[in-house]
Amino acid sequence: MELLVASAIGIMTAGGLYLVLRLRTFPVILGISLLTYAVNVFLFGSGRLTVGAPPILRDDVTAYTDPLPQALVLTAIVISFGMTAVVVMIGLGAFLGSDDDHVDDQPDDADKKADGAS
Amino acid sequence: MSHWIIAPVVVPALLAPFIVLAARYHISIQRVFSVAGVLALIGIALGLAIEVSDGSIVLYQLGDWAAPFGIVLVADRLSTLMVLLTTVLALFVLLYAIGSGWDNRGRHFHALFQFQLMGIIGAFLTGDLFNLFVFFEVLLIASYGLMIHAGGNARLRAGVQYVLFNLIGSTLFLFALGSIYAETGTLNMADLANRVTLIGPEDTVGIRVAAVLLLLVFAIKAALVPLHFWLPSSYAEAPAPVAALFAIMTKVGAYAIIRVYTMIFPPELEVTAGLHDIWLLPAALLSVAIGMIGVMAVKRLDRLVAFSVIGSMGMVMVAISLFTPAGIAAALYYIVHSTLAGAALFLISDLVRTGRANLDLTPQPPIVGHAMTAGLFFAGAIAMAGLPPLSGFLGKLLVLDAAYGTEFVVWVWAIVLGSSLISIVGFARAGSILFWKAYSVAPSEETPEAACPSALSYVAVGGLLALLVGHTVFAGQVHGYTTTMAAQLFAPEPYIATVVDTPGKLSTPKEDH
Repeated sequence: MELLVASAIGIMTAGGLYLVLRLRTFPVILGISLLTYAVNVFLFGSGRLTVGAPPILRDDVTAYTDPLPQALVLTAIVISFGMTAVVVMIGLGAFLGSDDDHVDDQPDDADKKADGAS
Repeated sequence: MSHWIIAPVVVPALLAPFIVLAARYHISIQRVFSVAGVLALIGIALGLAIEVSDGSIVLYQLGDWAAPFGIVLVADRLSTLMVLLTTVLALFVLLYAIGSGWDNRGRHFHALFQFQLMGIIGAFLTGDLFNLFVFFEVLLIASYGLMIHAGGNARLRAGVQYVLFNLIGSTLFLFALGSIYAETGTLNMADLANRVTLIGPEDTVGIRVAAVLLLLVFAIKAALVPLHFWLPSSYAEAPAPVAALFAIMTKVGAYAIIRVYTMIFPPELEVTAGLHDIWLLPAALLSVAIGMIGVMAVKRLDRLVAFSVIGSMGMVMVAISLFTPAGIAAALYYIVHSTLAGAALFLISDLVRTGRANLDLTPQPPIVGHAMTAGLFFAGAIAMAGLPPLSGFLGKLLVLDAAYGTEFVVWVWAIVLGSSLISIVGFARAGSILFWKAYSVAPSEETPEAACPSALSYVAVGGLLALLVGHTVFAGQVHGYTTTMAAQLFAPEPYIATVVDTPGKLSTPKEDH
């Protein structure tokens, strides 16, 4: 199971990084979503992997899962979900406004601005 | 247990929804409540700063849960100073936003402004790393809204870059937190400081990775070269008052580096040996150089200010990366100066925009309120470039003095002094093109006469510059205070003891360990 979780995190991170480096809005947002999935599983794993144990600590319980990473993951999921929604809206606004979905500054942009100014 | 310490977080958190729900169509009511809220925050921040100025540490356990289990807020000299700086800056930025009408060019400026303050203040006060992440997200999500306030294509495009860069930074932060938790089993800063020292020399791989990841995250926030690429576009395109408020956001990164790398990973710790002098110092020196060369190279005034912010953050980081009490004291003095000077320059560049077609550094006819704006720019540029008599000069002198006697003295002196010269030339060039050459261009007949900036705008900019003058006049007292602050940071035992040993719910089982 450790191998499965670790390779899942690794593959998702690699895929996410590749997509982020594509520098077009849609792939970059997909890549960031993949990265947040990866980091959520990673946070989940940071409390050690335990199967079939409740996340509750009591005096008479011997097998239990660390509850804290689960709370952390929940917070991280909510935040990354909200952030992705925000970036989709801003990215859509930028795309509809300038008819261009490049994330980086385009060289012809600067020229256009310079032409407009002169 | 006094509840005042959580008030700077709660007040804006309640005020923002109130403004959205009750006053969304009434800009004047929003303004009144926003200014009143910030004034209240200044009062609370001042009270907290006075309370801890004797070196005591005030702890607030949320829900009365004891430290490693519950979230704590901690006020010491450093965090209260940063909170006070944030609130004072916020007041002048808010006055400018009201005076220039920026707050009325889009919706929900005041609500987002309050949420932004909540995030920044919370990040300064929290004593828990995951809570720091949450407050980072609060301040970021408010800043996304503020950054694209009033819309426009260029601003939206810069906004996309800014949001995406920070999302990647947040993901990195979570990876760092996951590694720290996996290695130590805690995310409370004081508890971490205890547990990191217990890690044996053969098991340090994970914690080393975590320390470097965390440094990367804070360096992104602090816009340290080579992680500064988000800053120039987003600060230049953001509305001027927002960019001025963002001047404190880079300092959040600097604050987090000071806090985490004096308490959890102090320089004498073997786990992170070499991180400060081998990696952080060259990056900081490079930031100074790149920032100041950028000041010389840019073709627009707002970008010039953005690059000068990168350069001054580099100065802060040079002082921090020496990791001596003198270095940290100099860094804290310079942080206050750089925040005020950067904010003032962003506001001045908006004053220059009034009556000009754009902010390109080309000769254009004189703007409205020409003499006044030119004078303010002159003062702001002197402060930022580090010329006497303003506090930038004293700040740089303190940094150079702190570097004297260390093995890096040649590098620090050469780069700081050389890049200061470049920045003086850059500012002089910008000022002479903008203000002197303006009279060589005949004003065209068809351009309509722009309205003069309101008196409140000048009051806001003048207030920031007056604070800079005060920062210079009372430099002795301020530096004395930052020196005691650095001494407190380098002796974190009382902080750790206060956080870990204060009883609360669940504190009894701890004695079994």
